[in-house]
Amino acid sequence: MSKILEGLYYAESHEFVKIEGEYGYVGITDYAQHELGNVVYVDMPEVDDEVEAGEDFGAVESVKAASDLISPVSGTVVEVNEALNDSPELVNADPYANWIIKVQLSDASEAEKLMDAAAYKAFLGE
Amino acid sequence: MIRNYDKLIFELSKEGRVGYSLPKKEIDGYCMCCGLPDNLKRETTPELPEVTEFDVVRHYTNLSNKNFGVDTGFYPLGSCTMKYNPRINEEMAAHPAFTQLHPSLPVECAQGALEVYYNLAESLAEISGLAAFTLNPYAGAHGELAGLMIMRQYHMQRGDLKRTKVIVPDSAHGTNPASAAVCGLEIVEVKSTANGTVDVEDLKPLLDDTIAGIMMTNPNTLGIFETEIPEISRLVHECGGLLYYDGANLNAVLGKCRPGDMGFDIMHINLHKTFSTPHGGGGPGDGPVGVRAGLEQYLPNPQVKKDADGKFYLECDEKSSGYVSNFLGNFGVIMRAYTYILTLGRENVKMVGPLAVLNANYVKEALKGDYYLPIEGVCKHEFVFDGLVDKSTGVTTLDIAKRLLDYGYHAPTIYFPLLFHQSIMIEPTETESKETLDEFIAVMKKVAREAAENPDVVKSAPHSTPVRRLDETTAARFPKTTYKQMKG
Amino acid sequence: MKYFPHTQEDIEQMLAAAGLKSMDDLYAEIPEQLLFNREFALPEAMSEIEIRKFMDALGKKNSQLVCFAGAGVEDHYSPSIINPIISRGEFLTAYTPYQPEISQGTLQYIFEYQSMICELTGMDVTNASMYDGCTATAEAVMMCVAAAKKRNKVLVSATMNPKVKRVVETYSKYNGVVIETVAEKDGVTDLADLQNKLAGDDVAGVLLAQPNFYGIVEDYSGVAAMCHEKKALMVMNANPSTLAVLKTPAEWGADIACGDGQSLGIPMNYGGPYVGYLACTNSLVRKLPGRIVGSTTDVDGKRAFVLTLQAREQHIRREKANSNICSNQSLMALYVTIYMSLMGHKGLKEVNKRSYAGAHYLAEKLVATGKCSMAFDKPFLNEFAVKTSVCPKTIQAALLEKGILGGVRIADDMLLFCVTEQRTKAEIDLLVETIQNI
Repeated sequence: MSKILEGLYYAESHEFVKIEGEYGYVGITDYAQHELGNVVYVDMPEVDDEVEAGEDFGAVESVKAASDLISPVSGTVVEVNEALNDSPELVNADPYANWIIKVQLSDASEAEKLMDAAAYKAFLGE
Repeated sequence: MIRNYDKLIFELSKEGRVGYSLPKKEIDGYCMCCGLPDNLKRETTPELPEVTEFDVVRHYTNLSNKNFGVDTGFYPLGSCTMKYNPRINEEMAAHPAFTQLHPSLPVECAQGALEVYYNLAESLAEISGLAAFTLNPYAGAHGELAGLMIMRQYHMQRGDLKRTKVIVPDSAHGTNPASAAVCGLEIVEVKSTANGTVDVEDLKPLLDDTIAGIMMTNPNTLGIFETEIPEISRLVHECGGLLYYDGANLNAVLGKCRPGDMGFDIMHINLHKTFSTPHGGGGPGDGPVGVRAGLEQYLPNPQVKKDADGKFYLECDEKSSGYVSNFLGNFGVIMRAYTYILTLGRENVKMVGPLAVLNANYVKEALKGDYYLPIEGVCKHEFVFDGLVDKSTGVTTLDIAKRLLDYGYHAPTIYFPLLFHQSIMIEPTETESKETLDEFIAVMKKVAREAAENPDVVKSAPHSTPVRRLDETTAARFPKTTYKQMKG
Repeated sequence: MKYFPHTQEDIEQMLAAAGLKSMDDLYAEIPEQLLFNREFALPEAMSEIEIRKFMDALGKKNSQLVCFAGAGVEDHYSPSIINPIISRGEFLTAYTPYQPEISQGTLQYIFEYQSMICELTGMDVTNASMYDGCTATAEAVMMCVAAAKKRNKVLVSATMNPKVKRVVETYSKYNGVVIETVAEKDGVTDLADLQNKLAGDDVAGVLLAQPNFYGIVEDYSGVAAMCHEKKALMVMNANPSTLAVLKTPAEWGADIACGDGQSLGIPMNYGGPYVGYLACTNSLVRKLPGRIVGSTTDVDGKRAFVLTLQAREQHIRREKANSNICSNQSLMALYVTIYMSLMGHKGLKEVNKRSYAGAHYLAEKLVATGKCSMAFDKPFLNEFAVKTSVCPKTIQAALLEKGILGGVRIADDMLLFCVTEQRTKAEIDLLVETIQNI
């Protein structure tokens, strides 16, 4: 059974966002990392790039698959998780601690359109 | 043969050894080392191996022993048409009257080569029911790209600039959408019906004046013939689009029906599949592109033409889609394919498709009790199983593929098409005998039995190959792609 | 038919086993009007004896000339052992190495090829090869645009081989890349014009040639800094044989190196098959199209090789892939790998020395005829352009009569001559004497 954390918001494409004030930390869920298998590379945007809810901003690659990263929120990338460049396996180890981008949110209300932990759990049918 | 040969050529190197000989110097007084300005010279010496000729011969011969080829065993690789590669093709490709020709030769000095090109193009046009062919593209994917350029050029020349989308079935080869993207086209996916063919009802609403065309292969990647192709052709043409035929599966219908007659406007052919030229471990191939009458002027430049006196010449058309290659494609591969057509002749070309289809159906019927066949009925040159019938063993398609290696077979194509989770795609081709197929069937059944009785031996396969399963995760996380990087 | 193993008995048994009555049943679902029912308008089947005679006759319609033409395709020596090795069925008839356990032969030679290309170019990483130098260069241009994200303009020097440039332009036209030409001055790239065209901060990459189309070895000092200051990538199309002696793309500061491997001993073959190479710095590896082989180990810890970084490729990324290429020119990569193994750095250097001596000797003698003058006063290696006082067509026709392919005509008054290690002094003297006598 996949790990789902309370207090985060979830998208149907299996990204999460953790909101802290005007910032959101975006990554992939435990379910997503498990489905993908050993992550070998995370393709990340650059700081100052704009992301838009529902649009892809990068990709996660395993040996024989690649999955687009769809942003659950809109805003400006203020930080990318540089550690993933050298250690993509961190996404497998703990996907929630190892977020991928930090976004300055342009519309905090977007989170309301996402699922909470209970809804995501129901969505996964677990 | 040395069983465990594992040296790299660099590891054989010893300073002072040489593997070449050159004639005595005849021209003195023109010294490169003093003539060339120092700031244009390289600062380091490239670390190439220093080995003798014999070192090289033995090294690569030993490496070849770690390889599987059509010459060494049955290769049931779906969608790849791994048929026998005749040696007379190789002999002709190495004909010294053709191998020493520089592409800048005046055409009157290369009439023989141009005739080979012209005749092969004409033969392909006859076989596929189209008007004209270029042999300039280098490979199947390159042919797709060249073909889509023709499609776009056709619309652009008509001033119809809004046609920027191309329809691709969800079962298509991965190259179709990739080629379309390189050609600047947006991809619209059309769904398959339950039996794997294009869903005409799903297609209809997609057709409007932004559609440049549709890419299809027939039979499709499931080995199913698209019987509704006349209707699809009518619908797409009515909306102003063109039909592109991905020739990857042409072997299925070779001699039996022709893409041009099905309504296709543009197509590519993989000479290294249908026309028996070797795959060479990944290339060189050649990807001729054909068009129906009325589209000839958009073929890539240069084009080989014949004048009233029977002389061949090169022409560059201003309306052409452009230049996709250095000159006239992989001429050596063209020599091979032409030799194959001459060998078959008109009487045998028409048997290729039927015998390939017979072989596929024979294997499919024999194995469908052990492997799950999602789509029943007569297949064409290939068919797809969705894993074992008995899914309880936990043995996956990958395991089956790897176990086949132990028994001396190449694996089928696996996990493609994407419509099923455990796809096993088998294409035997017409050059395999009933005895070979019977042995393969027996081994496939044996593997199915092993999966039930002793699944661990299948899951940990292969056991008897030069190397066993590889750590691909580390290879991708920390890529070491040269000897220098490997040494660290 | 020797390629069909089916006896009549086999066919009957196989049809029965498949639950079918006749061969026609195999195509029963196909609409009647689509079936092909007449004879093909093709020649009748030929035996090997007939094919040999037929091809010999066609071959006689080609002229076997002493080659002084270059312009991207050079007449180099091909060592005898290469053909027998690449003709081994295990190499020749293998598919792409998707099953690494039974493809270590292919995978290892590609790894060796990659290592050698990186040695010659000085770059960090290369793929397993491309179709030819033209398409490799077109892919390099698309890499620049992909890496730049928001820029779609690429500058190409006017000194680039036009055969390469026109393929780049074709790819660019459909891919939405804008190509602008950087002017040439005295046969080399006009660096002032380059600086001007970079000033708009909208250039993704700059494509340069080495040696250039006129055979000139250009001095690219400072160009990398000029490009990088404007966040443009520097791409160098370089003849790999010459890189044994010339400053490497890496030493010039290039981000991408590309070109045609034909000069590494591949016969001219009327234009192909050759092999394109495409190499880059580590930071661009994710943008590099095509196959890449990496080293790893198997479950027993044995060293092994495998296709890696595959998630960039078309069979996984489909329309989001870096490129549509789904093959490499594998057997030709093996060809040049064996060539480089045999020649080593000494042999390659020797090839360049001979070519240099022959070309400079020829140039001097041509000028002495009074009918030719050097088109440019710039350093060159094995190829150079001359201006002719007689029409180049007349010169080429006279040479043709002597069995000589007299260079490549590149302007109404200009010929481009190439001399390789295969040309003898006698051949050069005959060429000069023929022109002298016009």
